[in-house]
Amino acid sequence: MTAHPPGLMGPPGRGGRFGEFGGRFVPESLVPACQELEEEFASAWADEGFRGRYRAILADYAGRPTPVTECHRLSERLGLRVLLKREDLTHTGSHKINNVVGQALLTARMGKSRLLAETGAGQHGVAAATAAALLGLECVVYMGEVDLRRQALNAFRMRLLGAEVRSVTSGSATLKDAINEALRDWVATVETTHYCLGSVMGPHPYPWMVRELQRVVGDEAREQCRRLLGGADPDYVVACVGGGSNAAGTFAGFVDTGAALVGVEAAGGAAMARGVSGVVHGMRSRLLQDEHGQVLEAHSISAGLDYPGIGPEHAYLGSVGRARYVQAGDDEVLEAFRLLSRTEGIIPALEPAHALAWVVREAGRELPRGSNVLITLSGRGDKDVAQVMDMLDG
Amino acid sequence: MASSMAVVGVGRLEAALRSGREAGRKLLVPYVTGGVVPSWLDVVEAVAEAGADAVEVGIPFSDPVMDGPTIQEASARALAAGATPEGLLDELGRRRPGVPLVAMTYMNLAERAGHRRFAARLADAGVAGAILPDLPLDEAGPWAEAAGEVGVETVLLAAPTTPDPRLRAICEASRGFVYGVGIMGVTGERDRLATSAAHMARRLKAITDKPVLIGVGVSTPGQARELSAHADGVVVGSALVRILLEGGGPQEAAAFVGRMRAALDGRREA
Repeated sequence: MTAHPPGLMGPPGRGGRFGEFGGRFVPESLVPACQELEEEFASAWADEGFRGRYRAILADYAGRPTPVTECHRLSERLGLRVLLKREDLTHTGSHKINNVVGQALLTARMGKSRLLAETGAGQHGVAAATAAALLGLECVVYMGEVDLRRQALNAFRMRLLGAEVRSVTSGSATLKDAINEALRDWVATVETTHYCLGSVMGPHPYPWMVRELQRVVGDEAREQCRRLLGGADPDYVVACVGGGSNAAGTFAGFVDTGAALVGVEAAGGAAMARGVSGVVHGMRSRLLQDEHGQVLEAHSISAGLDYPGIGPEHAYLGSVGRARYVQAGDDEVLEAFRLLSRTEGIIPALEPAHALAWVVREAGRELPRGSNVLITLSGRGDKDVAQVMDMLDG
Repeated sequence: MASSMAVVGVGRLEAALRSGREAGRKLLVPYVTGGVVPSWLDVVEAVAEAGADAVEVGIPFSDPVMDGPTIQEASARALAAGATPEGLLDELGRRRPGVPLVAMTYMNLAERAGHRRFAARLADAGVAGAILPDLPLDEAGPWAEAAGEVGVETVLLAAPTTPDPRLRAICEASRGFVYGVGIMGVTGERDRLATSAAHMARRLKAITDKPVLIGVGVSTPGQARELSAHADGVVVGSALVRILLEGGGPQEAAAFVGRMRAALDGRREA
């Protein structure tokens, strides 16, 4: 194990930097709003009253703490001890609720009345629409036309919750274009509107703020694992990574322990494996792009991981060697999806099925027999069953 | 040029704009997306001859967040036709329109090539200035330095939401001119000139001697003329690009810019 810089996953450096990554590359029109948000979040996060309201909503409304489940049958099969952090059991069915509750409270604290969100798979859009309904905020969700077709039910859910869903037809009509369109809306409406970004990406303070709002996942899991493991930490902590919010929240709880941190990307959206440093969506990070700097489209069976970039803190954790980033392909992900369903009675979302797929593949290889492995199950598979049914029939 | 000698460190773009202003002209900078139509280089030359003081050339990027539907469409068309930054700049470098050229693009193209290499490519193509809308003041340092070393002036944007102390810092750091964003929103035509446009111009003129141009939401000769009471000039993009997207060529583009020129001159004579 190499020595790591001290203070990993603390506040970012000057200007929102994680090493060379991060920053705030947005049009001038948005800079004052980002500065205001940075100040507002810093003061809210230091305010016990705010944190108390946030914790109360997560407990009484979202169902936290979520359990850590020991997977006996799967463990026996893999020769590992597999633990799952059950974000699938939260209200709305994924870890996204942790972030939107915090940002919706901040929106109200800033005196703004309108929330903007982008969504790929629809989980963040549903979560944002939910938090907006809870706090009486207007909500507009941008969703790529292609994703809208793949996730029609989630779009309907958002509308039921009172949100307006706008179809994005520009570019590749997927998540990255939904982010572009949300940013364009925000440039025009920033004085009354908060942009509720769904992952640990975008301009400062978003990567830091969203990680802090998600660290409840890792903080809970660390204590729960210690109870299960007789005071020890897991040998491996594994989470899927698109933008990387569930992984960031999970890693934040374990970065100071001896656990090896592993982020699993979709093979067709592997910004860490095949991306190079670039600037898009307000941040400098690793990015899939061509030789001229045009951003490439990601391809994966999970809409939630169809993103050509990755949060800047992940790029940094990878560059200093504190976390490793690996890939899983569509076929092994589908296998893992079925395996967990059959062995544990848990249907995972396709996104965390990537984390699972890597663990299944590496059991007894990179992961020595008997290792303790925590996987964050970031969401439930209900949203994916129709798609998986089509794929298995086809 | 006498005016360029008068202020130490003033570059080619700023010198040209200052000398236009000193001659009593209101400044006009049309924008053309590189590669949007096969005749785009002729369009650049035609609008230069029709009365532009500089021409802004867009180098298309896949994810243009500051641009509305018209320039998004133009960028997408150019990229689909195979436009690359190197290719466009090579072609541009073979023409020398009689006015300064300003490249407008997004930061990632400079990141990908490397700041020094990208700046050198601009300079080799005869480009005098660069506008990067996703590169605000706080992040501009390393790029602006690399560009400055090869004589490329980095134009910074100021927005209606920018508070006064920051506005002064932007004016201080901007080179070539100061680009005031006329409206809260992305590029695109608007039926009416926003009140924020004149307000932006007045705030900038009160604190800087550098040329102040207003762009975003300036679409018609009438709007340009109205704004020229407050600003040194205007940038006009989407209205011109739409003419090209609708099948117009160098002649139609020049006619539009000629009308803008006449409106600006008429304001001066009035």
